[in-house]
Amino acid sequence: MTELIIKNGFVFDPLNGINGEKMDICVKDGKIVKTVNEHRAKKIDATGLTIMPGGVDIHTHIAGGEVNTGRMVRPEDHVKDAVAKTAITRSGTGYSIPSTFVTGYRYSRMGYTTVMNPSMAPLEAKHTHEELNDIPLLDKATFPLIGDWWFVLEYLQKGDFEGCARHVAWMLDTTKGYAIKIVNPGGLESWGFGRNVHSIDDQIPNFCITPRDIMVGLAKVNKMLNLPHTIHLHTNNLGLPGNYQTTLDTMQALEAVPNDGKPNMHITHLQFSSFGGDGWGNMKSAAPEISKYINNHSHITADMGQVIFTDTTTMTADGPFEYTLYSLSGHKWVNSDVETETSGGIIPFHYKKNNAVNTIQWSIALELALMIEDPYKILMTTDHPNGGPFASYPKIIAWLISNKARMATLKRCNKKGQKKSLLPTLNRELSLYELAIVTRAGQAKALGLKNKGHLGVGADADVAIYNVNPETTDIANKYKTVRKAFRDAAYTIKDGKIVVKDGKVVMNVDGKTMWLDVETQQKCEVDQDMRQKFKQYWTIEYDNYPVYDHYVKVPEVIPIKASV
Amino acid sequence: MPVFNSVTCPICGCLCDDIEVTVENNEVVKIKNGCAVCEAKFIGYKGEHRIHTPLMRKDGKLVPVSMDEAVHAAAEVLANANYPILYGWSSTSSEAQRVGVELTEEVGGIMDNTAVVCHGPSILGVQEVGIPTATLGQIRHRADLVIYWGCDPWSAHPRHLERYTSFTEGRFEKSEWTSYMQKLKAGAGKKKLDSALRSGLAKGPVPKPQACYVGGVPPSLSKGGRKLIVVDVRKTMTAEMADFFLQVEPNKDYEVMQAIRALVKDQELDVDSVGGVPVEYLEAVADALVNCEFGVIFFGMGLTQSAGKFRNIEVAIQLVRDLNARTKFMIMPMRGHFNVTGADVVQAWQSGYPYGVDFSRGYPTYNPGETTCTDVLLRDELDASLVIAADPGANFPKRAVQNMVKHPLIVIDPHMNATAMLGDIVFPVAFVGIEVDGTAYRMDHVPIPLHKVVEPPEGVLSDEEILKKILEEVRIIKAQKAEQEKKEAA
Repeated sequence: MTELIIKNGFVFDPLNGINGEKMDICVKDGKIVKTVNEHRAKKIDATGLTIMPGGVDIHTHIAGGEVNTGRMVRPEDHVKDAVAKTAITRSGTGYSIPSTFVTGYRYSRMGYTTVMNPSMAPLEAKHTHEELNDIPLLDKATFPLIGDWWFVLEYLQKGDFEGCARHVAWMLDTTKGYAIKIVNPGGLESWGFGRNVHSIDDQIPNFCITPRDIMVGLAKVNKMLNLPHTIHLHTNNLGLPGNYQTTLDTMQALEAVPNDGKPNMHITHLQFSSFGGDGWGNMKSAAPEISKYINNHSHITADMGQVIFTDTTTMTADGPFEYTLYSLSGHKWVNSDVETETSGGIIPFHYKKNNAVNTIQWSIALELALMIEDPYKILMTTDHPNGGPFASYPKIIAWLISNKARMATLKRCNKKGQKKSLLPTLNRELSLYELAIVTRAGQAKALGLKNKGHLGVGADADVAIYNVNPETTDIANKYKTVRKAFRDAAYTIKDGKIVVKDGKVVMNVDGKTMWLDVETQQKCEVDQDMRQKFKQYWTIEYDNYPVYDHYVKVPEVIPIKASV
Repeated sequence: MPVFNSVTCPICGCLCDDIEVTVENNEVVKIKNGCAVCEAKFIGYKGEHRIHTPLMRKDGKLVPVSMDEAVHAAAEVLANANYPILYGWSSTSSEAQRVGVELTEEVGGIMDNTAVVCHGPSILGVQEVGIPTATLGQIRHRADLVIYWGCDPWSAHPRHLERYTSFTEGRFEKSEWTSYMQKLKAGAGKKKLDSALRSGLAKGPVPKPQACYVGGVPPSLSKGGRKLIVVDVRKTMTAEMADFFLQVEPNKDYEVMQAIRALVKDQELDVDSVGGVPVEYLEAVADALVNCEFGVIFFGMGLTQSAGKFRNIEVAIQLVRDLNARTKFMIMPMRGHFNVTGADVVQAWQSGYPYGVDFSRGYPTYNPGETTCTDVLLRDELDASLVIAADPGANFPKRAVQNMVKHPLIVIDPHMNATAMLGDIVFPVAFVGIEVDGTAYRMDHVPIPLHKVVEPPEGVLSDEEILKKILEEVRIIKAQKAEQEKKEAA
């Protein structure tokens, strides 16, 4: 019965075409409504403040086996960032891999309200959900890794797309997942014996199928299942000089999947897949080539994967890539392959300003954001913690809206890297409207989240209020003001409740975990098939594999009707 | 007579989840698929040492009390303590462990688990160099070389070989069970004869125990199919099953592993033997390591509790890292308690640190040697303890236990174990995995549900419920104290 009215703020709601209009936002029972009883409602005076939908993060590693192993192996990362308990909040630690409670608090303080955990090994799904339950103040969802799942490889090799689709639906239901995640397709299964794939047409050992087959096959499956998000892809050859060609090949391969002018693939942390040159010595940006392709096609969305100059931790399902980083750095290295399903690796990494390659990487992500014309196609992320901790987002915001901010950082970077950066030629500065797209509206749209990322009637009442007056602030010049404003939100409102005020958590609420309940025909047959194969493929029993309902503390079930 | 399938056994880090349990009149009457230890627990857990009511020590004796009295007393102890330790956690569910973190944080104490006397050094080694590892199914499907170093699964993880390693069918590797059976049959006759000669039942020269490195490198090291190497200081039952048993001198594992690393990196050794092992045998092992398709080292207390401790683990991991440049190689600690992995995992996700977490400053700190509870006990820095799902009274160094009993001791356990006998406030609890549901993490970090198959005794609650009661009462007491202080200040 809580009613709230946010009065007189400058509203940026791109999905509803609102660009800085002064208007009131009304909230009732956790939803945006047209009007409320102004006498009864709690009031927030937002005069001179910027109002946006709550932040949405499409790709951030915050929960599960791999993230937690990362926490365990980096006590030195936590020691510099301890967080004390308060009357309302639990204690914990940061820095690059915050503990669960701290993750929730830190996102919320920046005005974020929805996050996607993009990598979940299905066998360890219960662990992911247990951790998601312990992340307060945010709605969340998670993507099961199935690009190298034996069932996918076998069904696609047979050309049985419908059978594959039904098994993928089973997997989404069983792991309470939200989208199809694919990492280095074919590479992870090859890594099972220490090998990798090097092009999208390499044969995967023991399975007679190629990465192209996997990506195109799963894009078709995604369509058959009517999933809200597209396939979510981490490309082959990630992180290697010259890999932009693989990325182009990948995007071209997906032209074969009909899409009605809508996206059929999301490429994540695109920066890592946009390297030119052919070795570390002559590595350069291929953002122009990648941006050109994306500008001329409608089937791709992407997120940046911005690098931050700091000591962070890399963690991905791309086991062979993490091994490559280990060979380069000699640093402590975790490898974690998961039977039948996926691989994984973790290694700390320090991105340095005085390193040419890191400088070029830092520049690439921003070049992509500025050269790709449609902000709905290039969303803001760091691939936390791979590019840097999510707490650095305000820094990226400053770089996106201000050429001055970019140059201030660039001029302190490695000289060779500076020369190779294309940023001095790019004057574009994002407006607050475009910023709202890359940090919330575009993210929600790409994910197919109907009630997130906008402030129209019926949306979830997730609102962020920032201390920036768009009428009186020259944001490109006063980027430090903007950076500070987006670091400590004036207000964060979650489900209609004020949870953050002036950058401090003032109320604790549990967020919801969203998952898809995909309904297909022939569900029983798939269950039977899985039962029989279980003992052969996994080391746990069929009955013990699913994420049972009690594992999700506050569920939001999204029913999906498949076309298969 | 209900029969439960896919029951998870709550004993060791194998966390076998294919147990079939037959129940009659709320008693487990039959177990299928479980090893001897599993059967012993499921059928024998009710024994004479089961506690049925809360107990408190009055006039030197433990007497039954009401739940409310015990909860209040325990909460008073913890709320008033300056530096309590909350130890154990390894034989209960992750749900209970989460309440444990909340409680420890609320009372500003140290939360520590049995890793501190077991695989703590493994965690320290991993924190230094990382760890190339995988889930057990990867081993089953792919491993053609399995090494058990300083551990004896035949005794401590009885079904490990048949579920995960040498005697299991994988997609890419077959089980070695048949050829092992053949080897046993072939050797059975000779064994019988030797036994008869030794006991005098047959006439002939008494056979002497065979010296280890005699007769050259066994050909079994270069056979096809899965190979099993066991490294230990004495010939264990697992070693009897191995294709090759490498006997090392006690406390020399570090040198032996460094020697093998050198050989793997194509160095020549200038000595004739290392750690009691002649170099030609080390060379054979190094060759086997490099030439396999997929190898794995499982290790246990032989490495973590002998000279070098966490440095042994570091070197073992570094050996495996080196091997990954040549082939595919994994390493995994043989975790003992069925949910010690869970204790590490839960503590890490909520605080950032896996064990020995000190909340006394209001935020988590971690410094093994300083914040680990054995050390805190040896220095007598604590002023209260809560022990749950472990038995330090039986396992800890004597001086640590002597210091522990100087202060109030709360014990939460199904049995009157050694620690409970020393306790001041004792809570009976239900067995997780038999009488209570929950989640546990296998030695390879895979989460597996634990199932309830029978009802607990009347009035006996779960670990999670007891901890929640104590936590709630602690908060009430602290709030009352704060009120009191406010009044006095005014």
